[in-house]
Amino acid sequence: MTDNNNDNWPLWEVFTQPKSGKPHEHAGSVHAADKEMALQNARDTYARRNEGVSIWVVKSKHITASTPEDMGPFFDPANDKPYRHPQFYSVPRAVKKRS
Amino acid sequence: MTTETKELTKQEAFLAYLLRLADDRLILGQRMSEWCGHGPQLEEDLAMANMALDLIGHATALYEYAAEIEDEGHDEDYFAYFRDDREFTNLQLCELPKGDFGFTIARQFLFSAFSYFQYERLKDANDEQFAGMMNKHLKEIKYHLRHSREWVLRLGDGTEESHERIQESFDELWMYIGELFYMDEVDEFMIKEGLGVDSSEFKKEWKKLVEDTLTEATLTVPDWDQFMMSGSRKGIHTEHLGHLLAQMQFLRRSYPDAEWK
Repeated sequence: MTDNNNDNWPLWEVFTQPKSGKPHEHAGSVHAADKEMALQNARDTYARRNEGVSIWVVKSKHITASTPEDMGPFFDPANDKPYRHPQFYSVPRAVKKRS
Repeated sequence: MTTETKELTKQEAFLAYLLRLADDRLILGQRMSEWCGHGPQLEEDLAMANMALDLIGHATALYEYAAEIEDEGHDEDYFAYFRDDREFTNLQLCELPKGDFGFTIARQFLFSAFSYFQYERLKDANDEQFAGMMNKHLKEIKYHLRHSREWVLRLGDGTEESHERIQESFDELWMYIGELFYMDEVDEFMIKEGLGVDSSEFKKEWKKLVEDTLTEATLTVPDWDQFMMSGSRKGIHTEHLGHLLAQMQFLRRSYPDAEWK
């Protein structure tokens, strides 16, 4: 396998849906020259052992990601706001019973 | 072969039919597996190893059923490892060396397209176990067809070099496609029993799929009426099969009683 192909074939991120109704989850990435090849490669690499019912592929370059430097401003403020989690509130007994 | 002089029994015809189907897949699967670790790209390497496993899996299921029909106490390994080249009835198309990537893809496309039409009909065969097997394998065949067809388009309509090389592959393979539509007394018997398929029924559809794909790939369709090889269903092969079998069967024959521990 020659590695100079990496320059020609772009990288794609693969998302597989384990069951219908469940969200697509990131499975990994593949190299492929076009979208059909990306789908097939994704299937062969991440979904050939019955791992999923649906696959999304998207060119990696189209993904915008937060950076490690964003960690502070993005996520820290939530640390001292426990009331943002549903678990913060005690559930009335009647509601609990029904569920 | 003395089949002309005596009537075939259903058991003989069914056994021969299953072995032809199985041999095609075992030998092609073995050829395809030679790509393992040598694919043009990691992902394609996986795809080819995967197709090879599918084909060998199809062959295994067919051999198991053949052993059951034969009822001589053989198993699938017997058919794969303990028969000689003249006893193999796979298409010559399947035994040709893997060539370059384009050659492998061109052959896979021609074969998968044929298998697709063949299995589409065999899935309704008049035998529950056989029909079920055909139906199950058809799904994988559809994938092989889609995968190889896409690659024919890419290589044909790709660079000047890829176009030239896959065109050469089709030209080279062409004299081996005549055998796809070979039929003899085994097929006639099986068709009569509702177990076999008359390949002349879908020849037109197959040709159209091949022509459309090659045309879309900007390739030239070689001459349908050119000289065609024949004989494989009676055990006549190219010189390549013996070498393939030597490699495939060596270990099993040297250690016939070896077991996985």
